[in-house]
Amino acid sequence: MTTPPPRMLPSGDTAITVEFGRDISDEANRRVLALDRKLKQAPISGIVETVPTYRSLLVHYDPETIGFGALSDQLVTLAQTPDESETVAKRRWRIPVCYGGEHGIDLEDAAQALNTTPDALVARHAAGDYRVAMIGFTPGWSYLSGLDPALAMPRRQAPRLHTPAGTISVGGIQTGIQCLAGPSGWHLLGRTPVRTYQLHREPIFLLEPGDAISFAQIDAKEFAERDDAASHGEVVAELLSA
Amino acid sequence: MTKLVIDSVGPATSVQDAGRHGAQRYGLPPSGAMDRLSLAAANVLVGNSAFAAAIELGPLGAKLSLRDGAVRLALTGAERPAALDGKPLAFNESFMLTEGQILTVGVARGGVFSYLGIEGGVGGEPMFGSLAVNARAGLGSPYPRPLQAGDTIEVKSAAPALERRLDLPEQQDAPIRVVLGPQNDEFGDAVETFLAGEWTISATSDRMGYRLDGPQISHLHGHNIVSDGTVDGSIQVPGSGQPIVLMPDRGTSGGYPKIATVISADLGRLAQRQPGRPFRFQALSVDEAQEAYRAMARLTRSLPDRLRDAQHATIDLDALLSANVAGAAIDALAAE
Repeated sequence: MTTPPPRMLPSGDTAITVEFGRDISDEANRRVLALDRKLKQAPISGIVETVPTYRSLLVHYDPETIGFGALSDQLVTLAQTPDESETVAKRRWRIPVCYGGEHGIDLEDAAQALNTTPDALVARHAAGDYRVAMIGFTPGWSYLSGLDPALAMPRRQAPRLHTPAGTISVGGIQTGIQCLAGPSGWHLLGRTPVRTYQLHREPIFLLEPGDAISFAQIDAKEFAERDDAASHGEVVAELLSA
Repeated sequence: MTKLVIDSVGPATSVQDAGRHGAQRYGLPPSGAMDRLSLAAANVLVGNSAFAAAIELGPLGAKLSLRDGAVRLALTGAERPAALDGKPLAFNESFMLTEGQILTVGVARGGVFSYLGIEGGVGGEPMFGSLAVNARAGLGSPYPRPLQAGDTIEVKSAAPALERRLDLPEQQDAPIRVVLGPQNDEFGDAVETFLAGEWTISATSDRMGYRLDGPQISHLHGHNIVSDGTVDGSIQVPGSGQPIVLMPDRGTSGGYPKIATVISADLGRLAQRQPGRPFRFQALSVDEAQEAYRAMARLTRSLPDRLRDAQHATIDLDALLSANVAGAAIDALAAE
């Protein structure tokens, strides 16, 4: 079976958007991550860095080394070759989350909007089997695929200008882990003490696109303890398989 | 230890270089200078490599002095009044600042950002290969934030030497060139409106993005797309229909369709455009944009060859002005 070729879209003179689809789909995201892996295994001269997203791979390159046409041709060919590394072991993380209360100020409203109880909403969210589909916008902001469709909620009418670091939230059919404090139009369900981006810690970036994620509910006291440990550079996420 | 002291400074002044690359996949924007050619000129004037870290001065003024020794500096980019102990300083010319002297720079007149090149560069610990300040990510040196009064920057003390002058091609007041896409098919006929329209930069712009005022750009299928990657110069169109050009502190991904991308060779020129001054866009092919990229790279590499002895250049000013420097600039950019 041959896969359809991706669309090669110029992003100015120094990048190509290799687009595998227009919607959020695991199939498109798998192809994005597969091309990203292949480029890591067999680098093409002139590529500066790659940025995997839900449905496209953004390839930054140096036009003094390779032109748009030549790079497009090579990327199309590579995208259509079989992915040998599909069997590569996937990393699986368990991320502690304190849901509701001051850590998840939208939980009550979200439960009401979904016609359920806060406890039932938390149970469904924490039971999810998620995958890091992309990391973007701000350092460490991890967009997860695998949200229970019953938990999908339109974004807030008015985005909040300040949401705390570590926020776990839902926007549309997406859920995610926000690392740094900042504006957000998503619904705040809880907070994790895990820093997906932390300077002067090894590794600085904890998660990789493609990593599997599950959540574990913790209480406010445990959040405070782990948050303190994390602030001293400890990785408070649990690596279940590497 | 020689230290450059920031006695007073306006907002949006920070240490910048060519930015950091390799971590956009983790959401870390590249940052770096808004006008790379002016950064390179500032560095070349003080004998540094083109993309060493320098001070990017925002549109308002600043006052600086020195603790211990002497340091060689150079001002480039947006023209503004500058003086050493009250004596006027020329742009694109190196000079020495010694202890006890006061360097003052005024409000930018011909653009937005000026660059203060420092011989020996800025002291600090690079992260991902860069000292560029990005306050949101907590990165940059020596402070992970814009500079403020009282800050000091460690510099290498300079020995007396001949001062240098750099003759740069005159900036053209030509349209800002773009490559359409990657989502121009989300706009239909509005692409023509975008290219035909007269635009101005809104005063609410910053290092993350330049908001544009002009004709309404409407979407064919709404203003939400599934988030994908952005580059410096991406022109996204949110629901308001007023485009935003993403600049070096941009988010690394975004969920608004991108109608076009400003070409690398013109991004510095756009960054220097003052709010309210109208301009137009012009579309060109990727191949043409990449030719312009290579010409700009050649021009940047040729900067050391363009250095002149400062005194001679002053004497030859009339001759230089009558020699059609702008014409030479067109030649340099069109070479090959």
